[in-house]
Amino acid sequence: MTALARQDEGDIAQTVLAVPGMHCAGCMSKIERGLEGRPGIVSARVNLSARQVTIAHDPSVKPRDLVEELDRIGFEAEPRKGALARSQSAVKPLLAPLAVSAFACMNVMLLSVSVWSGAEGATRTLFHWISAGIGIPAIVYGGMPFFKSAWGALRRGRTNMDVPISIGVFLATALSSYETITGGHDAWFDGALMLLAFLLAGRVLDAMMRDRARTGVDALLSHAAQGAMVVAADGTLEWKKADDLAPGMIMRVAAGERLAADGEIALGSSRFDQSLLTGESAPVPGAAGDRVLAGTLNLDAPVDVRVLAIGQDTTLAEIARLMEAAAQDRSKYVRIADRAARLYAPAVHTLAAVTFIGWMLAGAGWYQSLVVAISVLIITCPCALGLAVPVAQVVASGALMRAGIMVKDGSALERLSKADRALLDKTGTLTLGRPVPDPAVVANLPPEAAAITLSLASHSRHPISKALASALAARGIRAIELDSVEERPGEGVFAFHEGRKVALRRPEGASGIAVTLDIEGMPTWLIPFADRLRPDAREALDRLAGMGVETSIISGDHTASVAQVARETNLFAQAEASPQDKQELIGRLQAAGRNVLMVGDGLNDGPALAKANSSIAPGSASDVGLQASDLVFVQDSLLALPRAIKVARATMRVVKQNFALAIGYNAFAVPLAIAGYVTPMIAALAMSTSSLIVVANSLRLARAAR
Amino acid sequence: MNVIAILIPVALLLGLGGLAAFFWSMKSGQFEDMDGAANRILIDEEDD
Repeated sequence: MTALARQDEGDIAQTVLAVPGMHCAGCMSKIERGLEGRPGIVSARVNLSARQVTIAHDPSVKPRDLVEELDRIGFEAEPRKGALARSQSAVKPLLAPLAVSAFACMNVMLLSVSVWSGAEGATRTLFHWISAGIGIPAIVYGGMPFFKSAWGALRRGRTNMDVPISIGVFLATALSSYETITGGHDAWFDGALMLLAFLLAGRVLDAMMRDRARTGVDALLSHAAQGAMVVAADGTLEWKKADDLAPGMIMRVAAGERLAADGEIALGSSRFDQSLLTGESAPVPGAAGDRVLAGTLNLDAPVDVRVLAIGQDTTLAEIARLMEAAAQDRSKYVRIADRAARLYAPAVHTLAAVTFIGWMLAGAGWYQSLVVAISVLIITCPCALGLAVPVAQVVASGALMRAGIMVKDGSALERLSKADRALLDKTGTLTLGRPVPDPAVVANLPPEAAAITLSLASHSRHPISKALASALAARGIRAIELDSVEERPGEGVFAFHEGRKVALRRPEGASGIAVTLDIEGMPTWLIPFADRLRPDAREALDRLAGMGVETSIISGDHTASVAQVARETNLFAQAEASPQDKQELIGRLQAAGRNVLMVGDGLNDGPALAKANSSIAPGSASDVGLQASDLVFVQDSLLALPRAIKVARATMRVVKQNFALAIGYNAFAVPLAIAGYVTPMIAALAMSTSSLIVVANSLRLARAAR
Repeated sequence: MNVIAILIPVALLLGLGGLAAFFWSMKSGQFEDMDGAANRILIDEEDD
């Protein structure tokens, strides 16, 4: 346990940092112990599920210091945007109703069993009264989530699964109360409570899965406050948030930083990676006077940029507007459970009415006819039907999550299962979206040169250096010691190794991305970099074709580079597409009756991701891409695509089987109910059995993602 | 009959006790970090 340190004098500030890299007990204790030993830090507490650490510290310690402290311990950290923002959990509001209805159900069942085994007269009436005392408040409290949703649907003149559930529960409670007051034979409190407990358990599981996927995606989002170093007239530097930037300010953008606003280069020259914004894979050179866009990455050298547009006027804001319109279209989708309820609720209610009329015509009294009609409603109360969809989705999402695919939205699997047309973005989706050193050249470096390269590369935060370092480290190469290492922005890293000059520097006059390795007394190596196809791309595309999903490429990149990827993958491709073009193409395909899956990562894919019937983004996608997509896969392999579609289709198969099981159960139980033979005991047995069967059937999906 | 008069309140009180304990643990944040709780058991503590 973390010691509960308390400091009585002075204030204690609290900072929450996102630490995406921690994943085990070792990381937790390293972070907590590492931080707690430092001056000014009172306590540190890791939340592993949210990948956050909450640090109580002296107000004089700034968040920047804490980030540096964590960097020293070996973890990358970022201050969260909202300092203490806690993500809204969907599980929490359901846990308390679940606990209450489960507790009440067990206690009432205890009493019911005595009644069923033959308690008579005063004892039975007493038990019924106690059951009512526990049951009614518990039903009111535990049933709230259903009543609210049912009322919401009815008020708008629609119906969903919660409507028949609410009517069934309400009538069972009313009938039981009447029986209790008149000292009657049967009370159904246990059945109503069991129904609520089962359904709530299904929804809690569903919400838990969704929460876990959301925290997973949350950890991928960059929580760094967007902003820039602003150079004042007197030359002083000050960090300003993106919202505080104003046109005319000069921001200094270091190599490896993203621009916080659209602007014009005032001083310096560099190359910019616009791939997230336009899909263009080749870096765009920019010198004084050139326009640069917010969201692009400065690759080479620090530049001063004069801010031209902010907030609503930027290219980013335009993309956000397109997405908003598209997202409204998609919210019209009606989930399968609600479509089933549209058929189910009227059928069941008609059946109950017919039963009532039938018994009246047969000469039974008002009371008896009503009791039989209500028992029909109770027995058809869609317990198994209510579990059919959520349980299958929970198990499938769990299987997908273990395979590295996060399902963000409940209806995503439903929509994905119908996909018959896939559009793939190129940069960052079909390809890795980051420059990778040519594997042939890296493999041919002599061991000593490779070790020197790794040491040099590890001294720089430049994206190219990082890529080179990780490629070499993956080959098992160890760094060696260098003397007087110096990084010169825009030029490279220079050092001495055993008295020889060594350098990893920008090549002269090379086209594309490359670095030059200089070691005194040895020939010079040129290490070219390129964005490569994801591993298994070919196989993944073959599998998609085998599943009947027609695939093509739509990219914002130049025709030449798109054509090359199109040739490698044998796909039809459209190049130089703007965000609007992508969205329009999807609209045309949808109008032609196709069910479109969009796979993309960039800001420019955002509108298309929101417009398509379903969408998938890689974990390396921009924040916009991550938020707009239904599913996110956190692995390099493109096999995640066919796998996700396969699981989605298997899930829908199981959901349909579950519906068949639930209806089959009704076909068996309803005649009994109409004939007037159903007692509370039979209802309890039938409900729990059908629910367990549905759960067991859904568990088969646990292996679906293999 | 007299046994029932004692047993029923006892059963209900025990159940209510469990429910109250659950609510307390939820309010005090014990369900905030389930993954972390599962992993914390593996952390050695020789230095406390």
